Amino acid sequence: MKLELKGITKRFGNLVANDSINLVVQSGEIHSLLGENGAGKSTLMNVLYGLYSADEGQILLDDKLVNFSGPGDAMAAGIGMVHQHFMLIPVFTVAENVALGHEPTKGLGVLDLDAARKLVIEISDRFGFNVDPDALIEDLPVGVQQRVEIIKSLARDAKILVLDEPTAVLTPQETDELMEIMRDLASSGTSIVFITHKLREVKAVADKITVIRQGRVVGQAEPSASAGELASLMVGREVDLTVIKKPLTPGSVVLKVDGISVLDDRQHRSVNQVDFEVRAGEILAIAGVQGNGQTELAEAILGLRPLHTDSGDVVISGNSVRGKSVRDVLEAGVAYVPEDRKKDGLISEFSIAENLMLNGSFARPFAKGFGIDFANRNSLADQRVREFDVRAPSAATLAGKLSGGNQQKVVLARELSREVDLLIVAQPTRGVDVGSIEFIHERIVEARNGGKAVLLISTELDEVMALADRIAVMYRGQIVGVVGANTDRVKLGQMMAGVLA
Amino acid sequence: MSKKSSREPIAWNVAIKEILAGGLTRTILSVVLGFAVGAFFMIISNREFLQSITYFLANPLASVRAAADVVAVGYGALFKGAVFNADAATIEGTIRPLTETLRLSGPLIAAGLGIGLGFRVGLFNIGGTGQMISGIIWATFVATRMELPAVLHFIVAVIAAIIGASLVGAFVGFLKARTGANEVITTIMLNYVIVNFFAFLLLDNNLLQGATASGNTKADPASETARLPLLLGESYSLHLGFVLALVAVVVYWWLMERSTIGFRLRAVGFNPSAAKTAGIKVEKTYVLALALSAAFVGVAGANQALSATGGVTPTSHSNIGFDAITVALLGGSTAPGVLLAGLLLGAFKAGGASIQAVGISPDVLSIVQGAIVLFIAAPPLIRAIFRLPPPQNSSVLQTIKQRLFSWGAAK
Repeated sequence: MKLELKGITKRFGNLVANDSINLVVQSGEIHSLLGENGAGKSTLMNVLYGLYSADEGQILLDDKLVNFSGPGDAMAAGIGMVHQHFMLIPVFTVAENVALGHEPTKGLGVLDLDAARKLVIEISDRFGFNVDPDALIEDLPVGVQQRVEIIKSLARDAKILVLDEPTAVLTPQETDELMEIMRDLASSGTSIVFITHKLREVKAVADKITVIRQGRVVGQAEPSASAGELASLMVGREVDLTVIKKPLTPGSVVLKVDGISVLDDRQHRSVNQVDFEVRAGEILAIAGVQGNGQTELAEAILGLRPLHTDSGDVVISGNSVRGKSVRDVLEAGVAYVPEDRKKDGLISEFSIAENLMLNGSFARPFAKGFGIDFANRNSLADQRVREFDVRAPSAATLAGKLSGGNQQKVVLARELSREVDLLIVAQPTRGVDVGSIEFIHERIVEARNGGKAVLLISTELDEVMALADRIAVMYRGQIVGVVGANTDRVKLGQMMAGVLA
Repeated sequence: MSKKSSREPIAWNVAIKEILAGGLTRTILSVVLGFAVGAFFMIISNREFLQSITYFLANPLASVRAAADVVAVGYGALFKGAVFNADAATIEGTIRPLTETLRLSGPLIAAGLGIGLGFRVGLFNIGGTGQMISGIIWATFVATRMELPAVLHFIVAVIAAIIGASLVGAFVGFLKARTGANEVITTIMLNYVIVNFFAFLLLDNNLLQGATASGNTKADPASETARLPLLLGESYSLHLGFVLALVAVVVYWWLMERSTIGFRLRAVGFNPSAAKTAGIKVEKTYVLALALSAAFVGVAGANQALSATGGVTPTSHSNIGFDAITVALLGGSTAPGVLLAGLLLGAFKAGGASIQAVGISPDVLSIVQGAIVLFIAAPPLIRAIFRLPPPQNSSVLQTIKQRLFSWGAAK
């Protein structure tokens, strides 16, 4: 089915989220919508899916004008959407989830699950999905869960499939499999809109690329365009995606993690007998798919989460920090950039200046006796806002009003301005625009060049490969292996899926 | 970046929109609406109005006049009883209502600060009554069972009240930090325990019961040396308690807005996980916050124990522990806000009697009070009634504030 969006404009108050956007997706085409966070991709797709109504513009399906007043209309017209966060019920089977919302019934409203099972098997076989209709969702890996989402759309005869950041939760292998599925779907006539900010994937799978910036279409590109060209289109200026590092000169061991185990919130052992070392002047990256214990590992090092009783020790600059409070660990020379900055890194209701003193309220330069040294704090804050290029009217701006990239710069400004030996950064560029990513990466490498030990925890393989000196791959709570920075993607992908190095 | 934008002209229309969307506008309108609701109840419970309704079609003006009369008389009496009485025989009498309002608002302000401190840390301290009584117990012990020189005596008694109250708060905080016990439950339950413990103390001559109580639950009057001194001489009963409340306002302001302790309290209140990640001990902060919260309530306790010319009784807390919740909500838990809200509620207390004197039930004032809180708790309702703009995402006001501030600092 051919999809055409003509002059779509969507405003929220004074903000123009979509500014007369034109988009044509031919039948059987994989059309990639490329743009930074907040560029207006999701708004556009929500207009298409009937979640928002456009202020101006038209939607045409096979050259016929349509009007959606809700997702139900869009689904009926043949549009399917796979959201970044799956809309599945974990305790239901695949067939039950697929049936949900338009359950096939026999007489008297009795549920006809057999019909749903047959449908799942039929679709699964047609595209080689390999999904068991009777499996419970909670038992399935995320990659398979995503296929269930796709089956859900196909079961409703979707001719146009919108995939919103589908690879964010997948291993490299699963990503490759998804791309295979996308090609199969396209060749059978399904049109696919692929929303992403990952250039590599766009180049690998897209037939056509439309780049959106600040609510406008800024260009069309062919998949043969170089990553640099695409990034420049996205950001609107030249972007340097390569990170230049000085040759490695590792110093003494700063962080030594010796056989630690950690329980997660559900009392499952999420980190199991992990040990590694990070030396001064090197970046050790912990790679792995989300949810393999990386979060708990970082929290345990920091003292936010207790070590399990059979654990060994965590040693920072020669001193054990086992059982120490978070404040003690921070004061032992650790800077920490948490993976969820909104929850753990910042206080949205506080100003930038207040956030900059969040872990410095006990002593100088922010405190003077029991009082806050306002003059000193404000001048330091102004200085750091400038130094870290935080785009805000002033340091008095509330952190909650900043974009993701600027929020992350505030966290980095706070952590990198302290005298530390060890920098722990978790998912530093998640939800951050390309321009800020560049800046953040430079700062991390600068810290390493300056002789700090850096522990980088990231699920983005590109980031890991660009920054790391050594890569430790984590799978199901254990380190599968530690390899050099020039290890190839395929090997790393296998390790992330649990294959031993 | 920051330099450049600070030179941009201020968008006054945006600033006005922000003011209209802000909390202060809403609070003022909530108070206005609260009075309107009170007026409604005055009208429908007025005999002349109800009679005039029966011949409403024949003479609608009579109903309108009756309604206008009762509202004017009612709120007029409130003004006379709480602010300024032009009809009084003496000059002293004309301003006595105002001094009464100040006297009665003292403990409301102090306790309101305490409850507000809890709110700022994300804690709902409903134990004002219990903490206050604990303060009253300690202060009464010092005031009736100890002999100390003048001045020193009441200072020791005030400190004892603060300590007595804050120990209860710290205990609640300890339970929360150690066992996760919700402070709402523990403070409510401790209210019962302490109220009854107080009654028990007042039943025994060897404990706190007064020499002349003869079987009643009543303590001795505080000794002369321990009593809070009168401020304006014998003709007014306004005493030092109001000054203590003002001191508490200043301390609260400094503590919450200027000190590092307050910074950590607010951090934990807004986002405990970020505070924890930044090395702030959240559990310890809860204990400290509840102790400090109760300490302010303790000032109110001192006020009650050391101002009564008779001895204290189990009802000497005058329900201030609960009214303080209203004060804190109305005042937005800020120092100036609580001060103003305490004065308003103090005025209601002072004016209650004169409202009754003109034949209107003083319960109307409770209705006003309740309605105000209701409106404050429902911002969308107020916005809908007055067609106010929704919360704004701009920060022009902040820029204005900062510019004023930086001008001040530059000089």
